[in-house]
Amino acid sequence: MRLDVRTPIGLMFAIIGVLLVVYGLVSDPEIYERSLGLNVNLWWGFVLVVFGSVMLALAWRSGRTKPPVVPAPAAPAELTQEGERLPPSEF
Amino acid sequence: MRSLMDRSIDLGAIDYVILITYFVFVLGIGFALKRATKTSTDFFLSGRSIPAWITGLAFISANLGAQEVIGMAASGAKYGIATSHFYWIGAIPAMVFVGIFMMPFYYGSKARSVPEYLKLRFDEKTRGLNAISFATMTVFSSGVSMYAMGLLMKSLLGWNFWASVLASGVIVLLYIYLGGLTSAIYNEVLQFFLIVFGFAPVVYIGLRDAGGWSGLTQRLATTATDRGFAEGAWTQSWQHLHSASANPMGVEWFGMVMGLGFVLSFGYWCTDFLVVQRAMAAESMSAARRTPLIAAIPKMFFPFLVILPGMIAVAMHGDNSFLPSKPDGTLDYDASIPMMLKHYVPSGLLGLGLTALMASFMSGMAGNVTAFNTVITYDIYQSYVRPKQSDEHYLRVGRAATIGGILLSIGAAAFATMFNNIMDVLQLVFAFVNAPLFATFLLGMFWRRATGHGAFTGLLSGTVAAAIHHGLTRPEGAATLIKGGWLGSTLHTYPSEMAQNFWTAIFAWTTCFLTTIVVSMLTRPNKTDEELRGLVYALTPRPREEGVPVWKQPAALALVVLAITLVLNILFW
Repeated sequence: MRLDVRTPIGLMFAIIGVLLVVYGLVSDPEIYERSLGLNVNLWWGFVLVVFGSVMLALAWRSGRTKPPVVPAPAAPAELTQEGERLPPSEF
Repeated sequence: MRSLMDRSIDLGAIDYVILITYFVFVLGIGFALKRATKTSTDFFLSGRSIPAWITGLAFISANLGAQEVIGMAASGAKYGIATSHFYWIGAIPAMVFVGIFMMPFYYGSKARSVPEYLKLRFDEKTRGLNAISFATMTVFSSGVSMYAMGLLMKSLLGWNFWASVLASGVIVLLYIYLGGLTSAIYNEVLQFFLIVFGFAPVVYIGLRDAGGWSGLTQRLATTATDRGFAEGAWTQSWQHLHSASANPMGVEWFGMVMGLGFVLSFGYWCTDFLVVQRAMAAESMSAARRTPLIAAIPKMFFPFLVILPGMIAVAMHGDNSFLPSKPDGTLDYDASIPMMLKHYVPSGLLGLGLTALMASFMSGMAGNVTAFNTVITYDIYQSYVRPKQSDEHYLRVGRAATIGGILLSIGAAAFATMFNNIMDVLQLVFAFVNAPLFATFLLGMFWRRATGHGAFTGLLSGTVAAAIHHGLTRPEGAATLIKGGWLGSTLHTYPSEMAQNFWTAIFAWTTCFLTTIVVSMLTRPNKTDEELRGLVYALTPRPREEGVPVWKQPAALALVVLAITLVLNILFW
């Protein structure tokens, strides 16, 4: 089965989010003068962690509920929507 | 005090950590996909197996190179919200058109590239012309992307120009070499989210600093009156288009709608293999048709992410401390995004923003390289050099073409460092080649009588018409030959370069359209109706969407997209 793109995306944003949250907690508050006093690293880090986790959860759920399928055959022969009703290969 | 206009940005350790995390994931995706890349179809077309939301995000991301990001912000600063016409009258309607009307032929014909469609529909020479000009163009665009990145990294971070160029080249090479188009598409999706998450906080803080939209409007009113325009010229997109002299773009509504909206945008989004390739990788006809439509939804909000920063930068420049100047004393609008990052985000988010910028440079290159290797392998190597080889053979050729594409791009970047003007000339020549293309496709897909000879002569004459128009006109105040007027006498002077470009496109399109019709009528049809089945509207069964939920149907999606676009146009009227 091919890689679900949501896995690396989720993982990367979760990691970057955690990095930003931690940095937001330990960094000198003075550096937030330029962001109008907002600790943007902390807040935006949280947003990224949530986004990353949602992506990971979606990838994990589709990996569990759908049994691994053989990749769908190449494009359907005629101009109908048959591909639509087949379970997509990895989601 | 160190001047705020200094361009350099100091990165902290956290910024490097974020940048490195991104590189690890980019390469990781390439390695993880290596095993799944076994056939040439996997490599060039992702095995036609990718869900629509992924191809959709890749569809906009492939186009979202750094020139686009930096250029749109620069135009936002220079021309204000009217820049959004590139989206709301340009890209979006074109994306709806390609999804609803053209994708059935691209995807249904089983063509593996846009030039291959031209061969199936017309003939060998039309394909050859398109394949060669397209391949050349991709190499140069990818080279320009590298060149721009090297310059930016040097001016912002003090990095060595060639080190940045080579490092980015090697990374892009590795992940495409390993995972082919799938790898490029996955990375484009990653890059899409990076751009959104990297720029959104910057725009938010900047807008807050400017006093929200109303504060920004007030500040930009001063910007506008200082430059001799009406107060709303920077914040109203349509009201100042009644005459070319009333808006900073120097374009009137007809040139805007026909030139940018109809010819240039439809020409780009409907015929450029770089973006069409993403839709061709979709898992089904329905997914292929939905690809540009799904792409259109985030695309129509992109002005807030890429144009707004430029508007904020120029508004905040009121006290002359925001944007740096170029050596000739004019404001360097291209610095809008980097300066926004520098002013508004601390270490941490700064790293994220720079990573987003870097990602957009790399995906700009990767998009070109994946389109290049496909066209080289299928349309040039397989057609003219060595046909009828095994699939593994073409897979190897594709990988070799990837290396070749990167090397040629680096060569083009080197070329640009030596002759910056020559790059401008080449870009111009490609604009001549591209402008008429949409007429060829429109006639090819919707008029079965169009012939191969008609298409070929139409394309050539359209290109010639573009060159002649450019040679006989010039934008106001411009002197160099690159800007036009190189045929000696100047018949017309346009208020701006943009107006000249739009009208060049209109002339090229019209010439190609008329010539193709006339020559087609004079020549015999070179394809039977049987051969044209699936390639021409009248001879192709309508794609049926039975059993597809309404919200997934292309037509329903298209209506939603167009309705929201209309609302956006009215809101910023």
